[in-house]
Amino acid sequence: MDLLKFMTAGSVDDGKSTLIGRLLFDSKNILIDQLDALERVGKNKNGTLDLALLTDGLRAEREQGITIDVAYKYFSTPKRKFIIADAPGHIQYTRNMITGASNTDLIIILIDARNGVVEQTKRHTIIASLLQIPNVIVAVNKIDLVPDAGSVYESIKRDYVKLTKQFSLKNVNFIPISALNGDNIVENTRSFNWYRGPALLEILENVTIENNINLVNARFPVQYVIRPQTEEWLDYRGYAGKVTSGIFAVGEEIIVQPSGISTIIKSIEQDGKPVKQAFATQSAVIQLEDDIDISRGDLIVKKDDALKVTNEIEVIINWMDRKVLVQGNRYLLQINSNITPVVISDLQYLIDVNTLEKHNSPSEVKLNEIVKASIKTARPVAIDSFVNNKSTGAGILIDQTSNVTVGAVIIQ
Amino acid sequence: MTTFSTDYLSQLESESIHILREVAGQFERPALLFSGGKDSLVLVHLALKAFRPGKLPFPLVHIDTGHNFPEALSFRDKRVEEIGETLIVRNVEDTIIKQNLTEPKGKFASRNALQTFTLLETIQEFEFDACIGGARRDEEKARAKERIFSVRDEFGQWDPKLQRPELWNIYNGRINKGENVRVFPISNWTELDVWNYIKRESIALPEIYFAHQRSLIEYQNQLIAVSPFIQIDDDDVILSKKVRYRTVGDMTCTAAVASDAETIDDIIRDILGSRTSERGETRIDDKVSEAAMEDRKKNGYF
Ligand SMILES: Nc1nc2c(ncn2[C@@H]2O[C@H](COP(=O)(O)OP(=O)(O)O)[C@@H](O)[C@H]2O)c(=O)[nH]1
Repeated sequence: MDLLKFMTAGSVDDGKSTLIGRLLFDSKNILIDQLDALERVGKNKNGTLDLALLTDGLRAEREQGITIDVAYKYFSTPKRKFIIADAPGHIQYTRNMITGASNTDLIIILIDARNGVVEQTKRHTIIASLLQIPNVIVAVNKIDLVPDAGSVYESIKRDYVKLTKQFSLKNVNFIPISALNGDNIVENTRSFNWYRGPALLEILENVTIENNINLVNARFPVQYVIRPQTEEWLDYRGYAGKVTSGIFAVGEEIIVQPSGISTIIKSIEQDGKPVKQAFATQSAVIQLEDDIDISRGDLIVKKDDALKVTNEIEVIINWMDRKVLVQGNRYLLQINSNITPVVISDLQYLIDVNTLEKHNSPSEVKLNEIVKASIKTARPVAIDSFVNNKSTGAGILIDQTSNVTVGAVIIQ
Repeated sequence: MTTFSTDYLSQLESESIHILREVAGQFERPALLFSGGKDSLVLVHLALKAFRPGKLPFPLVHIDTGHNFPEALSFRDKRVEEIGETLIVRNVEDTIIKQNLTEPKGKFASRNALQTFTLLETIQEFEFDACIGGARRDEEKARAKERIFSVRDEFGQWDPKLQRPELWNIYNGRINKGENVRVFPISNWTELDVWNYIKRESIALPEIYFAHQRSLIEYQNQLIAVSPFIQIDDDDVILSKKVRYRTVGDMTCTAAVASDAETIDDIIRDILGSRTSERGETRIDDKVSEAAMEDRKKNGYF
């Protein structure tokens, strides 16, 4: 059985939590005690169960009736296992939405049929495009609330298609739903005879999980060096990590980056047992023929497929801190296990989420703004472009004084 | 033909191993919280996979409430012996005496809340900067919100409104003095995943997870084992039933479920047919309020 990770996005009150509650409820994935708890606290004004309360897990969320942070929910059908990230819609909590978006195979962008494409639709679409989310479902919700639903749906669809012309989005599907009534969620209801496509769950069960994973370019970031130093394992020196992309086999020539030293793979082990090869995204331990200096943060790659090693990186940063980003600021850049001090050497332009215009040379970057920038690193780092390889093409910025993660970095 | 795909259990396993190695790589003094319960046994199994043939780069730590199932404790010790790793045990009893704490009273007086005091004391004693725990997001809805690397302040408090973003598989374990991180490598596993993995890997468990005959009282539809730690009243009827445990916490707050499941396959079948959640069925302590878990976590609970 395979596993699909998906998330919901859209503006506040578009019905994200209700949709997830509905999916769980109608696919019989809600358990009796959870229902009991809902019965106790979760009645809507009209007496029906408030399914949104299934995911709004924090006290403040229930009090304010909004989602603040991502909630993860798990369910399965006979076809597939699902991990859902229910992400907040508030602009203020966009960084939490990005947390969910960075690890998802599919994003459902909800649009309130009464409001059509709004700023958050654009923001979430930009994020989906930036983060290269492989599948997008645009769900036009609350379709029960609009007269002449068929033409409303078609017109929203047209607007959205126009919007996406400017982005590199893959596999976009459209669907009209009513999360509240459960129309077109698990089953294809006859409520809208103008829609001939599958129900939402059917799409979720059948989309190809276009493996996000690159199997061509082999990358192995070293996380930890295993050196037992016991009598039995006196000379053992194993590099523990995860193959983040590609395939490695025993006997292959490799290079260690950024140092550039080359050698040969002596053995690959999983669970202490030798294997012939390891592929993404397996964890493994690699031993090398030569005793060279390798530590956490180094990258093992194949000899003929090395990464660019550089001191200057062109990036897009999604800023996630309340303190503003100003040109010249210093941070730590973490890519996998590699951490390097950096300085933001140039802020080139901000991307206006609403108009999609570029504003050149901003003096500062505020929470949730997206900026194209240049970064200078204290030491050379090995990088891929995000488009080619997600795992070695992305990083985070850490504020050394607060230790907080302040930026999502996408390498150009 | 070779296919380069793995099933979801192997994916979950690889993710957890990656997280454990990040802990070893990023922290100076991590610890793994180990009770002898199924989730912590799975954690230890994953840790062995992550670091063998080396030693585990952290000790196992048990915060013993003194109300544990004896079967779980003896299993804990046996397992530690087998793998030849270090186990540190700290007793809630000692903290109660040292810090002059008041023991809760009542029928099922639970030391669950007091456990936090001992945990914080232990973190301080050994200067642990990261504690690895076996909590899963499917257990409870406050847990469903928590990051894999969850930063806690000096008082162990979780601030759910100010969690760090956690992007891709990049974990930021940098902390300020006094802070520590709780790490949850099996966050994305469900109860069923854990059982399927236990089966696939033939992980041994304490016998109380399997159906056995036991003396119990029934209280508000829950079956509580007769033990010196609970108060038996005159109107309690002592029953003997065939039961098993879905989770193993304190004897005061873990309920048994009536079951004939004697093997792992039986248990998996039971769970597939079950319509109640693990915590809902077996944890008395979460019933208190809608936000019981969130409140405990904010106060330093795991
Ligand atoms: N009429 C109607 N109301 C809906 C629908 N979906 C959600 N709602 C209502 O819209 C409000 C916001 O929903 P919620 O799920 O909390 O939105 P979220 O902020 O996106 O998670 C609630 O009052 C829901 O009952 C729908 O399909 N039709």
